[in-house]
Amino acid sequence: MITVKNATKSFVLHNQGGAVIPVMANGNLTVNPGECVGLTGASGAGKSTLMRMIYGNYLTQSGEIRVGDLNVAQAEPREILQMRKHTLGYVSQFLRVVPRVPTLNVVAEPLLQLGTPRDAAMERASELLSLLRIPERLWDLSPLTFSGGEQQRVNIARGFAYDYPALLLDEPTASLDGRNRETVLGLIETAKARGTAIVGIFHDEAARKQVCTREIDVIEFAPKAAA
Amino acid sequence: MSDYNFAYLDEQTKRMIRRAILKGLAIPGYQVPFASREMPMPYGWGTGGVQVTAACLTPDDTLKVIDQGADDTTNAVSIRRFFEKTAAINVTQATSDATVIQTRHRIPEEPLNEDQILVYQVPIPEPLRFLEPRETETRKMHALEEYGLMHVKLFEDISQHGQIATAYAYPVKVEGRYVMDPSPIPRFDNPKMEMAAIQLFGAGREQRIYAIPPYTQVVSLDFDDYPFEASKAEGACALCAADHTYLDEVIVDDDGGRMFVCSDTDYCESRRQAGHIGEQGTPYGKDAA
Amino acid sequence: MTPLLDVQNLSKNYGQRIGCKDVSFDLYPGEVMGIVGESGSGKSTLLNCLAGHLEPDHGKVLFDTKTDGLKDTVTMSEPERRMLGRTDWAFVHQHARDGLRMGVSAGGNVGERLMAVGARHYGNIRAQAADWLGRVEIREDRIDDRPTAFSGGMQQRLQIARNLVTGPRLVFMDEPTGGLDVSVQARLLDMIRELVRDLELSAIIVTHDLAVVRLLADRLMVMKDGHVVETGLTDQVLDDPQHSYSQLLVSSVLQV
Repeated sequence: MITVKNATKSFVLHNQGGAVIPVMANGNLTVNPGECVGLTGASGAGKSTLMRMIYGNYLTQSGEIRVGDLNVAQAEPREILQMRKHTLGYVSQFLRVVPRVPTLNVVAEPLLQLGTPRDAAMERASELLSLLRIPERLWDLSPLTFSGGEQQRVNIARGFAYDYPALLLDEPTASLDGRNRETVLGLIETAKARGTAIVGIFHDEAARKQVCTREIDVIEFAPKAAA
Repeated sequence: MSDYNFAYLDEQTKRMIRRAILKGLAIPGYQVPFASREMPMPYGWGTGGVQVTAACLTPDDTLKVIDQGADDTTNAVSIRRFFEKTAAINVTQATSDATVIQTRHRIPEEPLNEDQILVYQVPIPEPLRFLEPRETETRKMHALEEYGLMHVKLFEDISQHGQIATAYAYPVKVEGRYVMDPSPIPRFDNPKMEMAAIQLFGAGREQRIYAIPPYTQVVSLDFDDYPFEASKAEGACALCAADHTYLDEVIVDDDGGRMFVCSDTDYCESRRQAGHIGEQGTPYGKDAA
Repeated sequence: MTPLLDVQNLSKNYGQRIGCKDVSFDLYPGEVMGIVGESGSGKSTLLNCLAGHLEPDHGKVLFDTKTDGLKDTVTMSEPERRMLGRTDWAFVHQHARDGLRMGVSAGGNVGERLMAVGARHYGNIRAQAADWLGRVEIREDRIDDRPTAFSGGMQQRLQIARNLVTGPRLVFMDEPTGGLDVSVQARLLDMIRELVRDLELSAIIVTHDLAVVRLLADRLMVMKDGHVVETGLTDQVLDDPQHSYSQLLVSSVLQV
């Protein structure tokens, strides 16, 4: 479902003397449907970078990144937008939403984008919010007013609202308490069972061991010091 | 005779104005620019109408001048005298006797015929002006027949007053093409604009002439659910009992006493001559009012 | 699928000075594109060329017209272009007073476009105006008030209602949230986003506010000195800018 072949990435800082910072030299990764691959490696090793490259958020200099049939590394913006809408979900560490929009709408948004009838989308959103223990009295408020843990759960609810064939999870259990952590891991297991291809970053080692079918250390992709 | 050229204006100027008139007749409702001259009267006193009249007059013409329906107000008298002096033509107060009628704010009650010309004095010829101040833009709107804005004005009327409150200078569409300001005649007169006589409109300060040829379609703009109505004050003329004419309200004393009389003085007088007597009227020739 | 708008090599000079140069892009139905750049970068010139307010010196602006398919709006007749301006296009000005008739009631402002395309039933026009006021969260009892009695945010929402009432397919927006309070901005952004999604509008939004494009635009075009220096997915351009100017622009935003 997700294939990364010889992907390279470097940042060029034009405003700092044109400094070139290579961050990835030889990214290779294959994720099959129903698999959950955990990315490991020290902070700054490039886990999130790889994830962002797969999502099309970072440009890939060379190599190939396939999500389904689409080569993200060379795709047109609108193809990537279609991919994000239909194929690839992403739960990031940060919640970025329009201020003032009620939590319920934030979670239902991916479904509404796909043209799901409003009632059905809202019902699915309520389901997830209940599951993740966001008190119903908060649903009409903007998640921007929430605590870190609550925001994280809203983000997860949003990511799981639609059953994407592929999913990227960046620290989904980070600031969660025990019960919610279990719920999220349960969601991941369900998705796997459904055949979703998942790439995840978990600092929480126990969680990683529990849901990941494989682990890949991104240090393998790091550019050699000489480069 | 006088030392003036016939009808005051020089021949070249009259030719220039006639060309503008002909063009206006060829494109009914279209505002033709013309080089308006200084006239020996202030703007707003009918300089546009006077120039059009001057260009139309021949020595055989008989002129009638109406101001708000009346022949005997300052403006009407002045203009009549002006042409008597500069063109030595016959003048009249009787609508049926006139060949050229210059008017301000009214169309005579008596239907006009094919041998007559009605000349209107126009203060602001551009019907779109109040909503669109840019001349370049209004010209383009006319050219492209973009007249939605005209209805915005009527829409505002209904919103604010519950009905179309525009009582005079009520916009019309001429021959299905140009939207035109009929000059500040009461909307009661609008239906009369489909007539046998030639109608010419002169705006001196704004330097525009436009025209409606005889028997041209003139439609007052309206909404499907708020159709145009030619309204007038309720009641009948206090002097001649006419209930089908446009009435002026006249305050007769300091206690708010009032009466309604025909605004068209010539029409009222001829009715009284024919024996019609209103509530406050006396048989013709016997009153001193 | 045909693009709604296909812009090819569009250039506009003001004498020797470059307004915009060799701009090409396409826009598909339902897409929102942001154009960012500093003042004088040519983004407003570009927008005005696209919307038919300015005549470009070179280039084509092909629009997918309902009747004839793709047609160059630069060379089409003026009546046809102005008709598009009243039906298929909408233009939201930065200053509401430029896009509203300040002497006409809110209802009249919204109704104008309907009357411009031939609506002649007062009751229907008023009902539609009231409906649209509701959709932009203006209370119906304000329908007879003039925009002069409205706050800045309300004026902007009224302008949007006035523009969308005829069901356009392409909306041009010039700094739609400029000059508004932040709280008012947020509300407006949310509204624009919902309208764009619900009505499947395409939009081109010119702004210098990167936060606005991040929330509204799918794609982004960065302009400098009349040239397009970078294009791409909005979040990609903002998070991984390639051109030195884009990097400068992104790094210059103050963090809250």
